[in-house]
Amino acid sequence: MRATPAVRREIDPRGPRFAAALTTVVLAAVLITQNAWLLAAQTAVFAVGALAGPAAAPYGRLFARAVRPRLAPPSQLEDAAPPRFAQAVGLVFSLTGLAGLLGGVVVLGYVAVGAALAAAFLNAAFGLCLGCETYLAYRRSFLSRSAHHTTEVAP
Amino acid sequence: MLCVTGLLVVVLVLVAATVFGVWWRRRDGRVRNLDGGSEDDVDVLSPDDIGHEFGSRATLVQFSTAFCQPCRATRATLAHVASSTDGVVHVEIDAEANLDLVRRLSVLRTPTTLVLDDGGRVVVRASGAPALRDVRAALPD
Repeated sequence: MRATPAVRREIDPRGPRFAAALTTVVLAAVLITQNAWLLAAQTAVFAVGALAGPAAAPYGRLFARAVRPRLAPPSQLEDAAPPRFAQAVGLVFSLTGLAGLLGGVVVLGYVAVGAALAAAFLNAAFGLCLGCETYLAYRRSFLSRSAHHTTEVAP
Repeated sequence: MLCVTGLLVVVLVLVAATVFGVWWRRRDGRVRNLDGGSEDDVDVLSPDDIGHEFGSRATLVQFSTAFCQPCRATRATLAHVASSTDGVVHVEIDAEANLDLVRRLSVLRTPTTLVLDDGGRVVVRASGAPALRDVRAALPD
């Protein structure tokens, strides 16, 4: 029952904050211009972040090359799993928004991209990972009572 | 081409998210004292529930998940209190693997920290990363 220590990737916590700030700007631009190409590009960014991790995603690379060299070393490192999970949540919302935009269901586009914008902004401005916060509530609601999973808690 | 509705959505979302963020920051990590109510209202755990013997003074029970940003800082805080205070132990529980306990205690998010007294009564509760001094102050005598 006790959490088992596991080796995990660690990243500079300012990287995901920087990425969230860029994401906020891009998603706001998508809503204002209704440009499906721009949303498709952001969707691809989310996909890379979800599959390869936040450090390998375009905004993470930009942070490592252009921003981090100008900053002092981080006071502490952070587990890469939560921001990676957040990218996956962002991917679901941006894919939904893309379907709305391309399929002519305008309301769906506004709602999905608006939700992703809210999450990205909360992460950038407050350091709050909305997807991570809702993870347990999701697991509580949608998994059977007897389910026993072996997902390890990070050390 | 600029979309006025889209611009409105952006402004509305940013205002609502700011209000939410300020509210969240205020209450996050706040330590609530549950002792003092009637005995019926207090949850009581057994060592079996948490898979660990109780501390002679207090047990700090932390619920965590793999996708939890503030769990790491909370772990450091609680482990520090446990190692520097006699009779206090820190037990971390994987919330996903113990959903029955999570539901029984109405744990909605991680990290959630419970402070148990020597008899397993849940006397203090905090959701979000609690401050070190608040955890120290919350320990039963």
